[in-house]
Amino acid sequence: MAAATAATAASAATAATAVGPVPRLVEQFERGLAAPICLTWELTYACNLACVHCLSSSGRRDPRELTTAECKGVIDTLERMQVFYVNIGGGEPTVRPDFWELVDYATAHHVGVKFSTNGVRIDAAVARRLAASDYVDVQISLDGATAEVNDAVRGAGSHATALAAMGHLRDAGFAGFKLSVVITRHNVGQLDELKALADAYGAQLRLTRLRPSGRGADSWHELHPTAAQQRQLYDWLVARGEQVLTGDSFFHLAPYGGPLPGLNLCGAGRVVCLIDPVGDVYACPFAIHEEFLAGSVRQAGGFAAVWRDSELFAELRSPQTGGACRSCGFYDSCRGGCMAAKFFTGLPLDGPDPECAAGHGAPALEAADPAAAPRPAPDHSHHGGVRGQPGRSAPVPVTIGRRPPGRACDENPLTGLAVANATG
Amino acid sequence: MPQEPGGGGEPSGARGGAGFDLDRPWRVDERVAVRPEPFGALLYHFGTRRLSFLKNVTVLTVLQSLDEHPSARSACAAAGVPADALPVYERALATLAQSQMIQRRCA
Repeated sequence: MAAATAATAASAATAATAVGPVPRLVEQFERGLAAPICLTWELTYACNLACVHCLSSSGRRDPRELTTAECKGVIDTLERMQVFYVNIGGGEPTVRPDFWELVDYATAHHVGVKFSTNGVRIDAAVARRLAASDYVDVQISLDGATAEVNDAVRGAGSHATALAAMGHLRDAGFAGFKLSVVITRHNVGQLDELKALADAYGAQLRLTRLRPSGRGADSWHELHPTAAQQRQLYDWLVARGEQVLTGDSFFHLAPYGGPLPGLNLCGAGRVVCLIDPVGDVYACPFAIHEEFLAGSVRQAGGFAAVWRDSELFAELRSPQTGGACRSCGFYDSCRGGCMAAKFFTGLPLDGPDPECAAGHGAPALEAADPAAAPRPAPDHSHHGGVRGQPGRSAPVPVTIGRRPPGRACDENPLTGLAVANATG
Repeated sequence: MPQEPGGGGEPSGARGGAGFDLDRPWRVDERVAVRPEPFGALLYHFGTRRLSFLKNVTVLTVLQSLDEHPSARSACAAAGVPADALPVYERALATLAQSQMIQRRCA
């Protein structure tokens, strides 16, 4: 029995360089924790970009988004539950007029903040302010080492915006901020360049998996790495990944040669969850669908009650059978892979991951009916082009009449955020 | 960042169990939050942004009482750690020292 295990950086998902027998600890985690280790909180659906793989189908603010007071109430709850830090995202969280107020409130209440941004609001002054705090970490999203590769996914000018923000952070002396990259078919060949880019700015590289969530449901089939590329990614992580964070998101690749550092389990509802901009609590950031909706921070008892009492979370924390994967020799290392990836590609939750490294994913995908795959919802995509992407529409099929007219703020997502209502 | 007394800026007690001094006084770093869990506890260091896990409640008791004892050895004894299990706890504390979760304090 070892009494303690040290862990690696607690960014996105915890990860552990274990000193003791890990399986027992993982089993403990599978049964759930008193509070999440890694809580993602999307503050707004508003975004100045329209990335083709946006996991939350963001674009337009939702008029029901949590008010400043409600957000502070959530932070009070997180402080009581001793949630060490939250991963704030969106949408683009910094476009909320009260964003800095909420960051200050969280850190004053012992809730650390790591926020993901495309960099649009990170100027020199903001960078200096961020560099001064131990309790705030920044993650700049960039999905290609070159503008050509990045902008094809994130929109024209977004590479330049991200690099400008990184420059401000570097100049302000913010060492170790994160450069966060979603791995696609088009950037997986740039791993060395991405690492060099992070190094040049004093940043830490973070690579995460592309999920077919949100608008990613439409772009995943064209963007997700091929099997050969997955192998290449795995080998690169083993060879060069020591200082690279992965958000524990590549545990499905373990069959290639053993688990990568990390907890290597699906943390949904067990050690992670998502609070969305309107206060709905989902099992994981990649599972924004009513099937994975556990409750709302607006209900009696707030977030603490949802985390503790949700039937969905209780089910996710109960022993899993492994289903069709049970007889596979790699089940113990990949645990069946990613629930959200299976769900949004129309695969059964107790079967193989669509990117199963043992090769069971491809036939399963072929057998699945794409039309029957659940559609991600809700959808806050821009209806038209966005600034910097003239004439370009978010690549999401129009769903006429889905939303009562006038319910969501259209047009410029950067304005009107102060108007909020809807409590209870 | 607080320096350990007499230290040269090295993380205290680095280099594994062998380098950890059980007979010195220790304390939890002030930037560390400790959250009890059914299996033991989770620790989070706001400065290094690292997580650690305590895998049983005894080591949690040791940790929480470190600053009341003249030495880590004494804290272990008070928490009921049997002599033959002491090396395991020493290694655990060394790991925590290495990751700056705990640090030496003035006696």
